Amino acid sequence: MEPIISINSLCKSYKNGFIALDDVSLTINKGEIFALLGPNGAGKTTLISIITGISIPSSGEVNVKNFDVIKHPLVSKGMIGLVPQEVSIEPFETIISSVNFSRGLFGKPKDVKHIKSILKQLSLWDKRNSKIIELSGGMKRRVLIAKALSHEPEILFLDEPTAGVDVELRKDMWKIIKSLKNNGVTIILTTHYIEEAEYLADRVGFINKGKILLVEDKEILINKFGKKTLSINIDKKIISIPKTLIKYKLEIVNSGYTLIYNYNINNNKTGITSLLNDLSSENIQLKDIITNQSSLEDIFVDMVS
Amino acid sequence: MNFYAIKSIYKYEISRTYRTLSQSLLAPIISTILYFVVFGSALGSKIDNIEGIEYGVFIVPGLVMLSVLMQSVTNAAFAIYFPKFIGTINELLSAPVSTIDIIIGYIGASTTKSFSIGIIILITAHMIVPIKIVHPIYMLLFLFLTCFSFCSFGFIIGLWAKNFEQLNLVPMLIITPLVFLGGSFYSISMLPFFWQKISMINPVVYLISGFRWTFFDFSDFSFIISLSAIISFSILCNFIIFLMFKTGYKIRT
Repeated sequence: MEPIISINSLCKSYKNGFIALDDVSLTINKGEIFALLGPNGAGKTTLISIITGISIPSSGEVNVKNFDVIKHPLVSKGMIGLVPQEVSIEPFETIISSVNFSRGLFGKPKDVKHIKSILKQLSLWDKRNSKIIELSGGMKRRVLIAKALSHEPEILFLDEPTAGVDVELRKDMWKIIKSLKNNGVTIILTTHYIEEAEYLADRVGFINKGKILLVEDKEILINKFGKKTLSINIDKKIISIPKTLIKYKLEIVNSGYTLIYNYNINNNKTGITSLLNDLSSENIQLKDIITNQSSLEDIFVDMVS
Repeated sequence: MNFYAIKSIYKYEISRTYRTLSQSLLAPIISTILYFVVFGSALGSKIDNIEGIEYGVFIVPGLVMLSVLMQSVTNAAFAIYFPKFIGTINELLSAPVSTIDIIIGYIGASTTKSFSIGIIILITAHMIVPIKIVHPIYMLLFLFLTCFSFCSFGFIIGLWAKNFEQLNLVPMLIITPLVFLGGSFYSISMLPFFWQKISMINPVVYLISGFRWTFFDFSDFSFIISLSAIISFSILCNFIIFLMFKTGYKIRT
């Protein structure tokens, strides 16, 4: 895949000694959705701020389409749209003038058709003449997205784009993000909603305390780190595991009516068939079987902790 | 240059003026009329002519300068401080706009506002006292340069200020005293010798003197000195703005 952003040995420290980014190297590929996950204060927003020209790095290098963000900031900034984490919009402006202002700021002439299409997509068209101060939190967040998309960026940074947005609207936003990707926009997403990353992302990066812990394709990550569990509901209560079943390291839950078996799907033999046979030999009747795969959230919590 | 960005910033700033028209235009005009009533009519009739000019007319350039300097500094300072305060400056910082674009957009809009206020005050004054401008082209040039340089100065204050207190500190505690003591209501030559010398360290004295020359063809100092001073001040302020954006001082983390 063709890299669109490359970050090499990026460091950011403040005068008080706090290290926000510690030797971060990362490549974002053209056309992908990259989810950057990390707890509060991990360095996600600092990283975005440096790439978009809001913050100055202490050392290291960031290139957007081979243009250094420090040496050629005007070129690199022109390719990027940013939806910031904080809902910061001039409160006394109308939606339409605020979005037109953003387009102009990025050096693009007025385009009524394009702006109308964005506002309609984000269900803002009917409210276009309302002042920002009159809008709900969710609507303000949509205005931020409209402003970021107003200049047709090649790369879009979404810093917690659906924070404070209701479930229905969040799903609508996901559709918009997916359609942007289909139109060739590269999307870098930071989020607290792991479900969001799991649904949207092609690749996932974990960041904590200013360091990138891991970058991996989402599916590979889930398969590599993902454990599967088999929950076996049985018809009679058992107090202890029979000797023939000890090798399976079963866990007894649900007051003795459920057995939990952990296995790895990547192993050639999962042990499920022999377990079921052994349960039958022990005369344990099955009522139900449920399988669960660990989510990105489980992997993330495991890594960060 | 990013012409669309300049146009957007300029239009946005001008539209802000329309939203706050009473504060932006009416307030300075009313306060200037009050100065005319008090100093021009009430007290002015008791004061002799200065250099053969009626006192009410004599104070017109000083009053225009008083309003224009205050408005230039506060307008430009607020224009950039407010985006800093609410966080929208990040949009500006992440956009492909150069420092020149920002200066033309923001300072250009503030200069337009201050210049307009200056002209409106002049027209208002003309309705109250008979004014004749000896050098009208120089008057417009000097007014424009004054607006531009003090808007640039105000822009620096807006970038520098951490809070609203700091934002008001310079206009209230520095600009106002300098203008009042800079010969707005009197000629420096009317002061005792010692105070004349002290006044010469006040930069606003040269501004008011130069501006007064364009009206009456006489001044305390040569017009060239005043013109050079205001041009130098403009260059200095804009150099500081360039440095602040280049280094990110008080702007970028």
